[in-house]
Formats: sequence, C-alpha cells, structure tokens
Amino acid sequence: MRYLPLNDADRAAMLAKIGAAGVDDLFCDVPEAARLDTRLDLPPPAGEIAVEREIAAMAAKNLGTGRAPSFLGAGAYRHHIPAAVDHLIQRSEFLTSYTPYQPEISQGTLQALFEFQTQVALLTGMEVANASLYDGATAAAEAVLMAMRLTRRRRTVLSGALHPHYRDVVRTMAALADAALVSGGARPAGDEDLAPLIDGDTAAVVVQTPDLFGHLHDLRALAAACHENGALLIAVVTEVVSLGAVMSPGAMGADIVVAEGQSLGVPLSFGGPYVGLMATREKFLRQMPGRLCGETIDKDGRRGFVLTLSAREQHIRREKATSNICTNSGLCALAFCIHLTLLGEAGFTKLARLNHRKAVRAADELAALPGVRLLNRSFFNEFTLELPVPAAPVVERLAGEGILAGVPVSRLEPKAPELASLLLVAVTELTTDEEVAALAAGLRRACSEKV
Amino acid sequence: MMNHEGRPTAVTPSGDAAGAAPPTFTGNRGLDIEEPLSFEQGRDGVSGVDLEDLPAVEDRLGGLARRAPIGLPGLSEPEVVRHFVRIGRRNYAIDLGPYPLGSCTMKHNPRLNEKLARLPGIADLHPLQPVSTAQGALELMAELGRWLVTLTNMSAVALSPAAGAHGELCGLMCIRAALIARGDARRRVLVPESAHGTNPATAALCGYVVDPVPADATGRIDLAALKAKLGPDVAALMLTNPNTCGLFERDIIAAAEAVHAAGAFFYCDGANFNALVGRVRPGDLGIDAMHINLHKTFSTPHGGGGPGSGPVVLSAALAPFAPVPYVVQDAAGFRLVEEAAATAGEPVGRLKAFHGQMGMFVRALAYMRSHGAEGLRQVAEDAVLAANYLLASVADVMPPAFPGPCMHEALFDDRFLKDTGVTTLDFAKAMIDEGYHPMTMYFPLVVHGALLIEPTESESKDALDRFAATLRFLAERAKAGEAERFLEAPRLTPRRRLDETRAARKPVLRYRPPERPEAAD
Amino acid sequence: MSDLRFTKDHEWLRIEGDAAVVGISDYAQEKLGDIVYVELPEIGRKVAKGAEAAVVESVKAASEVYTPVSGEVIAVNDALGENPAEVNGDAMGKGWFFKIRLDDPAELGDLMDEAAYRKFVEGLE
Repeated sequence: MRYLPLNDADRAAMLAKIGAAGVDDLFCDVPEAARLDTRLDLPPPAGEIAVEREIAAMAAKNLGTGRAPSFLGAGAYRHHIPAAVDHLIQRSEFLTSYTPYQPEISQGTLQALFEFQTQVALLTGMEVANASLYDGATAAAEAVLMAMRLTRRRRTVLSGALHPHYRDVVRTMAALADAALVSGGARPAGDEDLAPLIDGDTAAVVVQTPDLFGHLHDLRALAAACHENGALLIAVVTEVVSLGAVMSPGAMGADIVVAEGQSLGVPLSFGGPYVGLMATREKFLRQMPGRLCGETIDKDGRRGFVLTLSAREQHIRREKATSNICTNSGLCALAFCIHLTLLGEAGFTKLARLNHRKAVRAADELAALPGVRLLNRSFFNEFTLELPVPAAPVVERLAGEGILAGVPVSRLEPKAPELASLLLVAVTELTTDEEVAALAAGLRRACSEKV
Repeated sequence: MMNHEGRPTAVTPSGDAAGAAPPTFTGNRGLDIEEPLSFEQGRDGVSGVDLEDLPAVEDRLGGLARRAPIGLPGLSEPEVVRHFVRIGRRNYAIDLGPYPLGSCTMKHNPRLNEKLARLPGIADLHPLQPVSTAQGALELMAELGRWLVTLTNMSAVALSPAAGAHGELCGLMCIRAALIARGDARRRVLVPESAHGTNPATAALCGYVVDPVPADATGRIDLAALKAKLGPDVAALMLTNPNTCGLFERDIIAAAEAVHAAGAFFYCDGANFNALVGRVRPGDLGIDAMHINLHKTFSTPHGGGGPGSGPVVLSAALAPFAPVPYVVQDAAGFRLVEEAAATAGEPVGRLKAFHGQMGMFVRALAYMRSHGAEGLRQVAEDAVLAANYLLASVADVMPPAFPGPCMHEALFDDRFLKDTGVTTLDFAKAMIDEGYHPMTMYFPLVVHGALLIEPTESESKDALDRFAATLRFLAERAKAGEAERFLEAPRLTPRRRLDETRAARKPVLRYRPPERPEAAD
Repeated sequence: MSDLRFTKDHEWLRIEGDAAVVGISDYAQEKLGDIVYVELPEIGRKVAKGAEAAVVESVKAASEVYTPVSGEVIAVNDALGENPAEVNGDAMGKGWFFKIRLDDPAELGDLMDEAAYRKFVEGLE
C-alpha cells in the first residue's frame, strides 16, 4: 500500500515496545459483538493506474462545460481560472496545512485570509468581512439568524426572486430558530416591491441582486424602509463578478451582504466546494458567525496576523456560540483571493464589463428569435428568456445535441407551472460568438418544431 | 583550501551561537523573506490577467453602474506568484513534517486525488446541467455513498453536508424531525463534557437544551450518570467514539440500548472514525446517525482550514428524513431527487445550495479505491499502532492522562510540567522551534493542560522515533529547570509569539490605506 | 468595606442607597486573563436574581455574569467598551459592569461578605 510507510518488521517492533502480542490487543476495548471479522463487499486495493482509469471512466460519461457551449448559471458560473491560481493553491504549504491554530507557523494562511477579508469588504462595500463560510446559501441562512439575534425579532421577509435553493436553505435553518418567514411570490418581471411587507416586528429583508431572473435592483429605498422599521437589509449576491460593474450593496445601504464567491478561482465541480462570503457593519461584528483573522504584533514588535474574536465561536462558547461552524472554506477562499489579486482593479472591472457586454449582445440576438421574449430591462451576465414552449424539454433536447442551453426555471421551481417557459441564460468571458450562434440556432429549431 | 576559481569552499566554525546573525538591512533572513500585503504593492493599470476588448454595445445596468473605485491593487502575474509563494513558505504543512494535531487527523494527501478532482467532466461540471449529461457524476456519488454505508453498516447516507459541524446539524435535524413526526418533540440533548464544541453548539442551534454528562475515572462516559440523565424529554445522546481522550467507549452498546429504551436517538460524532474504519462498523454499535469528515478519515486536503465535507450515515429509522438532494438509481439510470415533495420520505429540507462537496467526493473515493477494504483496515490499525507506540515511547517522562491502550491519539495532561514554570502552551511553542507542528492543546477540556497527539498512519517508524525523542528531550529540559527555552519559544520562526489580546481588544480585520493629506487647491 | 457582597460565581456587589453596583471579583479577572470584551445589559432591563446579565470575554474564554440580585438595570459602565482592560486593572473599582435598582433588599442576605468570600476562594485553590 503506497500510502503506508510501516512494514511488517516495523509493526512487530512497535508492538514489542508497546508490550502487545498483536494489533488486536490494542482494540481490546471494542465489544466482542462489534469486532468486524467478515470481509466487506468492497473492492480490493488498486494502484494509481487502475484508480485513474475507473474515475476517468465516470468523468467521461459527463458532458462537461469545457467541451460544450454552456449557458448555465443560476448560482454557479463558468469563468476562466488563470493557470497561476491552480498552481498556487496546490503548493504544499497551502494545500496540506490546517486551520492556523499556531500563528507563528501559519502566517501564510493568515496573511492570505486578511487580504481575503479586505477584498470581500471592498467588493461588497462593507466595513468588515469574515474568513468565509460554506457557500452562498448557508451564508444567507447564517445572515438571517444573525439578524434575528441583533434585532431580537423573528419575522423575516424573503424576496420571491431569491434563488429557490437559497430560500430552501434559509427555511431549513430558520425553522430551527423558530423564525417566521414571509415570502413574496416569484416575480420574473423584476417588479417586486417588498416595502409593504416590512413592519415593526421585522428582523430582516433578504433580497438578491442580480436576482434569480437576472434583474438588477436599486436597494436604496428598500434599505431606508428597513431602517425606518428597525429591520436589517440582507443583500444576496450569487454572481460575485457583478460587483465589478454594479454599485455595491453596501453603497446602497445593506446591513449584511452575503455572496457566493465561486466565480473567482473556484471550479464548478458539480456544485461544490464553493465559498460563502459574508460582510457587515463593524457594529454588528460580535454577532457575525465564522472565523476572523486580525492584525497584531509579535513579541519583537513586527506585524503579524492571528485568528481573533474566537470567544464567539463554538470551541470556546460551546452551546452559546454564534454558530456551530468550525471550519471555513479555506482553500476556496485562497483561490478567490489569488484570482482577484491577479485581476486587480483594472482586470476585475474589465472582466465584469466584458461579461456584461457579451451578455447584452447575446440577449439581443436570442430575443430576436421568433416567439422568444427577453424579460429583463436590466441585467448583469444572466437574463431570462420566455420561450413559446416549456423550457425544460428544450434544454434536454439541446443537451442531446451537445449544447448546455441554460437552466430552465422549472428545475428550481417545479411547482410553479406559470414559470415553465422561462429559461435562465448566463454568458461569461468564456462565451464565444459561435457558441451564442449555436444556441440561437438550437433554440430556433426546438421552439419552432413544437409551436 | 581554494578551488580553481579562487573561492574559499570550507568554512571555519565561528563559535557563534546559531541565529546570532546581525540584523539585516532588508529584514529578510536568508530564505525567510518579508512580504507586505498585496494592498501595499501594485500600481494603477497593471493586471495579471489579459482580457479581450469590450464589445461596442450599450450597458444595460439599469442606472446602477459602479462609479466608485473598489480599491484593489494592480499587480502583474510574476508579482502575484511571488507574493503567494513567499507568504506560503511561512506555513507549516503535512508535506513538511508530522502534524500531530489530535482530533484533526492530519494524514498524507495523495496527489492522485488532486489530479482526478480536476478531470474534465468533473471540475467543469455544472450542478444544474441536465442529469442526463451528468450520469457519471451521479454514479460517483452513489459509489461513494455505497462505500460509506458499507463501511459503517448503516441504512442511508446524506452526502450534502459541507463539513463535520454541518453533518452534525444534518444528523440532529433528522433526529428532531423523526421525534416531531411521532408527536414526541423533546427538549434535552446529552453531551459529554469532553465533546468537541461543535456538539453543544449544534444542539443549541437545533433548539435543544444541552445537558452535560460527566466522564468516569477512565476517561469514558459514566454509564450510571448517563442512565440517570435519560428521561422522556431527552431527544438524543451525542457521543464521540473513539472519544476525544482517544479512548474507545467500552460501554457504547449498553449506552445505545439505554438511549433507545428511553425513546431517544444516538448521534455519534465520527471525527475519529479513522481509528475504526474497516475494523468496527458504527451500525453494529447501535448508532442512529454519524457524520464522517472526509477531510480526516478519507484524506481530502485540509487546505488551511477547509473546505471540508461531512456526509452523514443514517439508521433505517432516520433515513426518511435525509435532506435533499440525493441520488437514486432506477432502470433509466441515476436521478437526483431535488425537491422534498418528490420524495416518499419527509426530508428535513435543504442544507446547501447544491448537491454537496463533489470535489471532495472524488478525492475521498479515489482514496478508498486506492486502499480497498483491507487497506482501510490497515490504515486504522497503523494509526492506532502509531499512537500507542508513541505513548509507550514517552510514558515514563510524560504520563498519559488515562491508562491505555489508546486508539488513534494519545492524551497527556500537564502533570509532567508541574513546578517547572512551563505550561502546555510553552511546551508546544518549543516544539515549533524543533521543527514540529504542536499537538492539540488544552482540549479536551476534561484534562488539565491537555496535550492530544494524533500521529496518524502516515508516519514512518523512524519519524515516530525522532518525534518521541524530541518530546522526551523537551520534557527532560523542562524538568531540568530550563524554563527559559520554553518561555522564549518560538525563536526560529518568521514571527514569534503574537499578541492575541491586542488583536481582540482593538480588532483590525482588514487593510485600510493610510490617510492621505488633503490636496491643497 | 462592609457594603461589599460576593457570589460563588465571583461577582461582587456594592450597595449604594437603593441600588447596587455589580462587577466581577479580582480573583475572577485573574482566572480569565486579559479581558478583551464586555457585553453589558440594556439600561431599563429587568433582571431576576441569577439571570445572565453580562458576558465577559478573554482571548481564550468567555464567561457569563449573573446578577446577584433582582431589579432594574439603571446604569452600565460604557467605558469598558473602549477599555475592557479596566476589568483587569481595577476589577473592584473602575472595572464595574452595571448598576441595578434593588427589588428586594432581603436578597442581599444570601450573599457572602468579603471575609467569607476570601475563605471561599482559598478553598478553591
């Protein structure tokens, strides 16, 4: 076994030192009834060649977005990852280290987290950010719990254009805290008005921009309505690249911003691992869950970094912690940090505008198809098309032709037949004109045959 | 002696103590290079990424275009690569040496697994693409699930939890849902005092009152005390096995029977499954739910603190409550059940945006396939052997907290440091100067000044011998009155002890540019 | 000082008319180590004897502060927000936490005086 350094002579010598007759002696505390002596129905050991062959065979059964025109989005986006990002995150010192419990020998991870927190605060327009959470949806749920603690209220208003999976994660978690959730209905036209749902018992309003259907929202009036009622505004961003082109939620008055950071540096990987971002105002810091890295000095007066404010966390506070979260999404946060550092101000804002401009061109080309209507007046890199036919069978058919046409809304909202003809189409810097043309031709065929 | 280029090639011992070099002009010390924040570097207009020109179309941002600059620095690719390589070199890592953090299972991370997670058809697979185009991915998830269920002898597995604590949440939610479904909502969750902090935190998150259960003199759960605490309002017992003292819970089957007799469920924290894999199946111990940290037992990299992955295996009683989404197989192939309404059971809901940590599933499955069932059994045996060997190698100078044998980790208290003026923390810092990552300190809480050492199966006998010799040396130096060695440690690191009080009293959590004097108009 | 009272949870209390000032004892601050944060109750909050009224945090520990008596919180030591180190430097003076108007002066009878508390602490060592 290539991963095990001990040979039988070592094992015998070690047992002798311990004074045990055999390894079974070391397991003597295991009750007889639970000592496994049957062979499990699992395969034998395998070398690299065999393992690679097996897993590559499974991978080959999938149609990856790398070898098909892909317009999939809805919370996970295919972006280019510079080669340097993947190289750097595979360096041993980052890949094979753990939580920086010993800061003297973890300054690399800690400095990267400090830079990451700074980046997230800057992008979201907030004062402070944590060192990441599991993903955007769990970050949204944690934000709702945080707002309930801060306001000591239970009622939370969820936008009907919040990603349905985010809504479900919030529901699942908030039910534990006895939250009262109020949800607006799906508003594919982007004309939702949440202000009338806010009252003096409201803890928070959760609103996504760009929303599920791609619409961008000016949050300023909503933020004012929240603050008049003592409620907090939680802004959700599922496409973090949008923050390079649009006004930040912080600048529009959000109190907590949560986001999915996958778009920067993290591959799609069929849904995970991703990286949840959370940022807030300094005065809410003590109620923010998750790890935090802070600046300090060492014994010799030199600048250094440590994990800090950990008295909020489970390992000290136990049942009184702000959250049960123990880990962050370290390596994904590092990938995010490296990618954004490579881009810099000029690269990131250009990347965002490139996504947007390409999407504008694609939207106009697709909206010109017979029977197809574009629902968005504003959007970033994803928009909603209304097809003359149900969208899911069209997507299925185009997948058979090697085109990943986008996400039918019915995949996310199967119980809403009125949304069945809607297709979410995402365009990024990787999308070529030829791919848009292929999608247009495919949609034209699929829609006309069925009409 | 001179070589033919006329340079001296021999050195004369100077008699200076190591590290007595004068301060350098740069602040660098040879290969240890100081590196400022990225935000303190860079200049306008520079980027490490080249992008095509923007298409000439009108923006459609609804009047919300960003006008204010973000404040990111501009750096070229060579500068960015150098930046991260320089700071990375200030981290300890498994690839550099033993990383004996108890209860963290810092084992070798095979590089094959990294390669496979990056294969086309996996890394570039979108979570919402038609399942007809992702059959191989669903097959892989189903295969991982089969391994986990078989290794644990449980009924079902929920793959989506993102980490151990998230798995605990999933398991406890299933228990809560099962109790509510039978009209028997209960209030209390019993948690041993030695438990990870995530256990009480998770129970509290689920709305339960946490009721601590004491340990007995052998470091295990006090069965009589447990039975006394059980009652009709107890929802569950959360027990770690092997426990955080590194000991197998001998009475675990009796505990399970008592818990079930009281109508409660038995949650097992599977953080320490590495000691048991292939030798003991938790399902045979009467467990109802257990999370498995793929980043511990199944070697997915810890990555500086995540991402983890925490699938939860469930008993038949809890299986109907597993969260969505999950994979099922029928005649037509693999399907994903994504909606609660589409299931026969009563799922607790959804825990994560998508299907789980797929990138970690690939790595864990590659690890399992590489070992096979026998290899995994060997992993558990070697891990337990290594911990006991280490214990036997130092026990005369560092007495263990409890009599052995231990399982995969050895626990010491700070009696051996009594009256030396050296604390557990100081001892750990001296280990850093010796080139080791310290053990887990001050955990579990039930032992004074705890030092919890988990060598894992990845260390050779020679490496274990060197490590044990280092522990012995330091313990003897402490007893010999050399407190100074410890109190001043670490001396040889890029940074010495850091002022955590200062960091917490006036938190500085981000870079802010220095105030610029207002330009005079 | 005869108007000082103590609890077994290491809170102290000093009577000032119909009110009492509450803090944590010198012994408690020493055990906790460098105090980095104090969470204080809202003014006007009614608290029952034994209820959690404040939280005190060091780098490595967090501890609840229970009110030794029932009553209404009428003042809090805002200076601790800026300078929590006062708790370490002057636990029994500048490091006070909150002031409470007593509901029932009879509750004071359950508390230890300084001599009894000193003996209690010696018993812990």
